Amino acid sequence: MTTPYWRVVAALAWKDLRAEIRGREMVTSMMLFAAISVMIFSFALELDDAAQQESVGGILWVTIAYAGTLGLGRSLAAEKDKGSLDALLAAPVARSALFYGKMIGNLIFTVAVGFLMVFLCTVLFNVNLFVPTLWLVILLGCLGFATTGTLVASMSVHARAREMLLPILLLPVLLPVIISATRASIAIVTELKVEDWLPWIQLLGFVDFVFLLMAFFLFDYIVEE
Amino acid sequence: MIVIEKLTKIFGYYPVLRGIDLSIEKGQFLALLGPNGSGKTTLLRILTGLSKPSGGQITIGGWNIPDEIAAVRQQLGIVSHLTLLYDTLTAEENLMFFARLYNLPQETRAERVAAMLERVGLGKRAKDVVNTFSRGMQQRLAIARALIHDPAILLLDEPYTGLDQDASALLDQLLHDVAGVAEGQRTTIMTTHDLRRAHSLTSHVAILSRGKVGFYGETTAIPADDLPRIYADTLGAAS
Repeated sequence: MTTPYWRVVAALAWKDLRAEIRGREMVTSMMLFAAISVMIFSFALELDDAAQQESVGGILWVTIAYAGTLGLGRSLAAEKDKGSLDALLAAPVARSALFYGKMIGNLIFTVAVGFLMVFLCTVLFNVNLFVPTLWLVILLGCLGFATTGTLVASMSVHARAREMLLPILLLPVLLPVIISATRASIAIVTELKVEDWLPWIQLLGFVDFVFLLMAFFLFDYIVEE
Repeated sequence: MIVIEKLTKIFGYYPVLRGIDLSIEKGQFLALLGPNGSGKTTLLRILTGLSKPSGGQITIGGWNIPDEIAAVRQQLGIVSHLTLLYDTLTAEENLMFFARLYNLPQETRAERVAAMLERVGLGKRAKDVVNTFSRGMQQRLAIARALIHDPAILLLDEPYTGLDQDASALLDQLLHDVAGVAEGQRTTIMTTHDLRRAHSLTSHVAILSRGKVGFYGETTAIPADDLPRIYADTLGAAS
């Protein structure tokens, strides 16, 4: 008898949130890294208004990707080091439900970094990023990042040099998400026409869907010893 | 009943298990002895479905492992030398989380968690975060975690590692009183290097040597002082 799917997903996501709220290990380092990176970009690049508008989308996603990778490595490594990953895998639950539970936790942390970036980029680059369509892009981009990242992190977690391996494996797989999110963000910030950014959002949604589906079928094989 | 026949496990080109044959009756408490690398932990990991065998056959209660492991998982409880707990959650939150994973009914879940914490002597520390606990307290909580769903089979992988004498004695008592391993309430398999403890706690002893069962017998038929000699002879015969 296996535990209902949604209950496992909710329990795992709740556990990750609760542990993070109390320990503040992951989100604090992700946010600090993101804040420092965006400040370095802001002081290093002395750009005119038009150039700032065109570059802020790229800065946003480069920072989210690197800060997110920092958190992802920690998310699964902590489970592995304490042996709790074995306890999860030995439980009478669908393994893909474990994936979606972990992914939701990672998604919430990445979205938090994304919205911190919106605030910081608005202040430091003097570009208004408080645009609902851009928030949709951030949500979809973070969903793609969390899905791909959780999948790749579960592959690399058993490796000895996992901290080095994770970004090397993750960033190439993440390219479709980063490219479509960056292109959509630039188009929205520079106030281009709908037909200039909508295809990128559609592509982002499609890529997210493909990765979410792949995770459902692949996670069981990835965590198998 | 657990039946293991001709079980093999090969990592790369290195065979860790080379044909294990073992039959464990319901309610039996088996000590699995052997030096490091003899395949004790690998055998337990295969029984829990965490690792796949390379060959041979295992059945637990008639279910074929690993193909039908999903049917057996609800019946398995695991205690390891790692606590398998979450440091930043409280004792109560840890047990509640695993109670949810094991689908304990919502109306009795809190009651069951509170009762288990009381039984392992952590009732007053229920709201404390696990990283404030000593190693012994964490292992007591690990026992409560493993028993939260009242499993029929308990797998103990070197549970005494890192415990001092008092904590080890307390763990003995918990296994006896709370887990009921001595009364045959559950089928229990424990890997350990502690021959004296294995003799005093368990009903049967198996010694793994070079990936095979080199010795198997009832503990009552072996005088306590003879076990170290049998252990040494078994390992010596295999080398």
